[in-house]
Amino acid sequence: MGRFRFDLLILLLAIHWSTALSDLVISKLDRRIDLTSQIVRMSLSLKVENTGPDPVSEVSLTFPEYQAKNLALLMAISTEGKGKTKGFSSNLPIKVKQPDDSPPSLIWYAVSLLKGLGKGESLTLEVLAVFTHTLRPFPEKITQAEAQLFVFQDSAHFPVPYNVKIQSLTVKLPSENVESYTKLENTKLSGSEIKYGPYENLPALSYSPLAIHFPSNKPFAVSQELVREIEISHWGNVQVTEHYNLIHGGAQSTGEFSRLDYQARPNVRGASAFRNLIAMLPPRAHSIYYRDAIGNISTSNIYGDSSKTLLEIEPRYPMFGGWKTSFTIGYGLPLRDFLFQSGGSRFLNISFGSPMNDVLVENLTLKVVLPEGSKDIYVSIPFSAKQSRETKFSHLDIAGRPTVVIEKVNVVPEHNQYFQVYYKFSNLSLLTEPLMLIFGFFSLFVACIVYMHADFTISKTSASYLAKLQWDEVQATIQQLHDIINHCLAIHDKLEASLRELSRTGDVQACKAVRKSADSLLKDLSKDLKPLLAFLQSSPQAAHILPKVEELVVKERDLQEKIMLKHTTVVDSYEKKSGGRDIENRVASIQQKITALKQEVDDLLEFVEDI
Amino acid sequence: MAVPVDTITKPTPASSTSTLRFAFGNVLAFFILLLIGVLAFSIRLFSVIKYESVIHEFDPYFNYRVTQFLTKNGIYDFWNWFDDRTWYPLGRVIGGTVYPGLTLTAGTIWKCVSGDDLVLQSLNIPLSVETVCVFTAPVFSAFAAWATYLLTKEVKGTGAGLTAAVLLAMVPSYISRSVAGSYDNEAVAIFALIFTFYLYIKTLNTGSLFYATLNSISYFYMVCSWGGYTFIINLIPMHVLLCIVTGRYSSRLYIAYAPLVVLGTLLAALVPVVGFNAVMTSEHFASFLGGMLRCSSIVASSPTKGWSGRSLSLLDPTYASKYIPIIASVSEHQPPTWPSYFMDINVLAFLVPAGIIACFSPLSDASAFVILYLVMSVYFSGVMVRLMLVLAPAACIMSGIALSEAFDVFTRSIKFYISSLSESLQTGVRDIVSGNNASPQNDVIKTDKREDSLKERPSRKNKKKDKEVVEKPSVKSKIEKRPLVLPVEASFFALFLTVLLGAFYVVHSVWAAAEAYSAPSIVLTSHSHDGLHVFDDFREAYAWLSHNTEIDDKVASWWDYGYQTTAMANRTVIVDNNTWNNTHIATVGTAMSSPEKAAWEIFNSLDVKYVLVVFGGLVGYPSDDINKFLWMVRIGGGVFPHIKEPDYLRDGQYRIDNQATPTMLNSLMYKLSYFRFVETDGGKGYDRVRRTEIGKKYFKLTHFEEVFTTHHWMVRIYKLKPQKNRIRGKTTKKSKSCLKSKGFVANCEGGGEEDIVNFLNHTTKRNH
Repeated sequence: MGRFRFDLLILLLAIHWSTALSDLVISKLDRRIDLTSQIVRMSLSLKVENTGPDPVSEVSLTFPEYQAKNLALLMAISTEGKGKTKGFSSNLPIKVKQPDDSPPSLIWYAVSLLKGLGKGESLTLEVLAVFTHTLRPFPEKITQAEAQLFVFQDSAHFPVPYNVKIQSLTVKLPSENVESYTKLENTKLSGSEIKYGPYENLPALSYSPLAIHFPSNKPFAVSQELVREIEISHWGNVQVTEHYNLIHGGAQSTGEFSRLDYQARPNVRGASAFRNLIAMLPPRAHSIYYRDAIGNISTSNIYGDSSKTLLEIEPRYPMFGGWKTSFTIGYGLPLRDFLFQSGGSRFLNISFGSPMNDVLVENLTLKVVLPEGSKDIYVSIPFSAKQSRETKFSHLDIAGRPTVVIEKVNVVPEHNQYFQVYYKFSNLSLLTEPLMLIFGFFSLFVACIVYMHADFTISKTSASYLAKLQWDEVQATIQQLHDIINHCLAIHDKLEASLRELSRTGDVQACKAVRKSADSLLKDLSKDLKPLLAFLQSSPQAAHILPKVEELVVKERDLQEKIMLKHTTVVDSYEKKSGGRDIENRVASIQQKITALKQEVDDLLEFVEDI
Repeated sequence: MAVPVDTITKPTPASSTSTLRFAFGNVLAFFILLLIGVLAFSIRLFSVIKYESVIHEFDPYFNYRVTQFLTKNGIYDFWNWFDDRTWYPLGRVIGGTVYPGLTLTAGTIWKCVSGDDLVLQSLNIPLSVETVCVFTAPVFSAFAAWATYLLTKEVKGTGAGLTAAVLLAMVPSYISRSVAGSYDNEAVAIFALIFTFYLYIKTLNTGSLFYATLNSISYFYMVCSWGGYTFIINLIPMHVLLCIVTGRYSSRLYIAYAPLVVLGTLLAALVPVVGFNAVMTSEHFASFLGGMLRCSSIVASSPTKGWSGRSLSLLDPTYASKYIPIIASVSEHQPPTWPSYFMDINVLAFLVPAGIIACFSPLSDASAFVILYLVMSVYFSGVMVRLMLVLAPAACIMSGIALSEAFDVFTRSIKFYISSLSESLQTGVRDIVSGNNASPQNDVIKTDKREDSLKERPSRKNKKKDKEVVEKPSVKSKIEKRPLVLPVEASFFALFLTVLLGAFYVVHSVWAAAEAYSAPSIVLTSHSHDGLHVFDDFREAYAWLSHNTEIDDKVASWWDYGYQTTAMANRTVIVDNNTWNNTHIATVGTAMSSPEKAAWEIFNSLDVKYVLVVFGGLVGYPSDDINKFLWMVRIGGGVFPHIKEPDYLRDGQYRIDNQATPTMLNSLMYKLSYFRFVETDGGKGYDRVRRTEIGKKYFKLTHFEEVFTTHHWMVRIYKLKPQKNRIRGKTTKKSKSCLKSKGFVANCEGGGEEDIVNFLNHTTKRNH
């Protein structure tokens, strides 16, 4: 009822409104209102004439506030001259421009013309206004079997702030049925169209309320929330994911829902419900899925040809008035169809709104996820929308992907225009993630190799620890062996010394005694040597030093024998009282060998000591 | 590790070639294991490929919901989570009543992979929690296969280990619980079970305290994961007892056992759901051999002598059906039938005895343990079909040993034949005997080597006593191995048969994985002449509930659908699959089996707004509520005696046709299931599940109204009509009579209802 009060107010105001902008006169105003869907489209064709002396550069359009707040889109095109709609010039800029003395229930929109309209000139203005939520279900609650009825309210006269010479209105209904409609003068119902007018010589802002009550069973799918995420991958894919929160925006369903009735006669018992929606996806869309929070929804179909892909989706249950659902559709698109290069930057060129033509989106959040490392981002949208930036982290990201967030309320299919996101991206950044992976795996393998070759255990059972123990043992053995050999060498020295003593004193007996004791000592030592050698032989750790050690032992024994031989020879000679020279001759060859052996033994000993 | 040890002990000329061979063998074994892992993982993906990546059945939905909560709210909130979405009005303390192992595992995986947690190094891979949950089970079955390899390797060597791992990777019994989407405790618990056993055997073989500690930690993980941990804590003490009795006591045994019991029990008591049960209930008894008497005196003071119902029904298979219908009503708690053994473990059932024999030659501590494990699990699986799952690893290990031994014998015979053939060709004149001697020599060395590598650890590290124990059988086996040379034709034939047996097993397993066990049960499919038909009614109903009812509405249904309703529809339920409160379930059962008005009163007293029933009569879905109805009657009647089972049976027969009893035909369940059903086929009302025409065809609902029925009528949701306005009722005649009749009914029905209401008030109060 509130609206009627507004209407009255406007009417009163309209009467008292002094026409300040009276220089312009609208010679013909044709208005068509399309009520066939939940989105009300009003197309206006105004023929504007400048009767005043000054050129005019703006044309004002006014909408009552209750309509203006549901205005989703307002577009104006001027077709100059009398010719056909030639040279469709671009959309004229429109902005809200509220005069100070305007009543608050009227919202003014100023359409700036491309060039001023001179005296006596005229032009035709084509205006498209799209409204949402203007159809009111009446009654507001219906049962399953009832048809859905809507009330549409407007004025038979379009309230322009100029005098209008001839005005007419055509309202298109979804069917020929109409419950009731306001009958004014010159009202005619023909088929599914109601014609009001023509009315002549109307003053500025004239208003004549009308209401139409009619049935409509078109799907009233309203997406309260739609999050569209467009993710660009330079590996060749544009991934689109759309999360819908859908409600049937028509008359509330009340009372029982009987599946039986619905199944038996779906067109009668459940006429207001809608069963499916059709999404028009771009051609070559692939990997299409349709699911919700609890899994895949198996009721969908795809038809496609070279110009488009049709995805028919069916919510889990038929949507009756007021019923809600939510789901996600996703699809991949080939990159080359949507990403282009201009100058140094690339741009994405993709459509803005939902691919479903029947769906009205109340809150659209569009996210364009650019590849990691994109710079100089710039967005170009043909209409106003709220923009912001955020960062999204996805597969192996470090810095995150720059994301453009565009938010817009009341998005209608007319918004489904192409928009562009420009950005700069170096092809090398494409390789960071594969390189990261390669490096990651590489370092993993390196770590494995290092781990396999090193031994970090502190356990006493590990092989390396055992090896170390054995090696320690080997070293100790070798040390002992070394000591014994040294001991042997010392005895050798003693024997030599005894020989020198002999040559000085000639005491054969003493020398013999020394030799005897040395002999027994050496025997003991060689006895001691045996187990050590046996151990070394058994120990695998000593394998590589074993030959040297063995050589050492053999050489030492050799030396020992030689020294013994020398000793015996010398002592024998002394006993036989041979001459000094004779002895030396005899011993000389042995002595030679002894020195050679001594040298060798010393070398080996040094080597063993190093171990 | 085994490689350096072997080369050290045998510095023979052939050492370098044998090193190479071992290295090659290790690499080969590694790749085989990798492939086994891939096999175990991919054989479980049939459900994702044939259906979709979705959580299966009932319990997994609860686990999924808990995981979602965990990932969203963090671990501390998880421990303190009081869930008011279930068991209305009692609620449930989830943190303290749930085995958190699975949830924490999946939660951690998710955090590591795609969490936004900065503490853990996250990879930022955008996986949903659901995806992680779906694939947890296949991943852990790969782990389980590897754990089986390790365990069997400890018992009988690498060959047996690999065979057992392959068998386990595709044993149907385990597949049934671990297909992708089957996000249940058993999925990780079987891995934990096998791994705990492996670590126990490893400790037993090495006597290393390191492994003993790992063993307690692994046991702790098992306790976190599944109630079946009592199996471990009973089986291991039994094995210890067996060892002591048979004179096999050693310090290794002590090290394997003592830390496990002490540390393990302490750790187990940390898990809220176990708590002091770890020392208080009889199920944990066997572990405390010493203090048994003292403990029993404490425990015996409780009414069931400290045994929980499920465990009692394990000891006495008839217990449940006698006293607790709610345990008996679960199909997986029934004893299995013989075909189910064939279905679930297939040819393993025949191989197991051979495996047992192989385990006796030689009988080591480890093989004794495996035998004990098998025997116990066979018994338990015979009591409860669900415990077939515990049998499966034991059967796989046994069969792995059997197959491996068989292959060993056959290939050795063939190898012997070939080598003797070449020998005779080379020497010609030499008699066969010499050749005969030469080649078994080879084989004996080979087997020795294998055995050495096995026995290396214990014999080196331990005292002479153990050495004797270990060496004796190896000598014996050396003696035995020699005559085990079969004729070449026979061994070729037997080899062929064994391979055939294996092939049969593979075919059966793949069939079981693809056809029998991969259905998610919330999506049903049927093949008709015009292709695949999908029945997605459950999710249709849950989606409807979640989007088109108020967030605080309470939904009543039989407890089977409780978990799914809370998880998928996010609505409060009265009872769910965690059947902890028998009385509450009995209340719902009573309501379902009462006439409409009485049911309305019960439901209204529980704040229920919607009643959900599952009805398969239209499409022939057999596990619907009408088929479960007798259990509702039984469970309801168990608590509220005015519900009597015979009232619902005609001559002991359960029927819904015109011979059905009036109590049956007036029960709420009947009415909600068959409301307006007769109009679907023009007045016949033919129920496709019961294969009969229904008894009462035309009736109206007075206290309920249909608000939603799914496409195939499988789920029907009714709303309780609002209470009549009593003040207005005074003025009009009609309502007056209605009031009168209300009083009449209340009188007639007796005190039963009042009892229920009183009880409910009481419980509500107590709960607050």
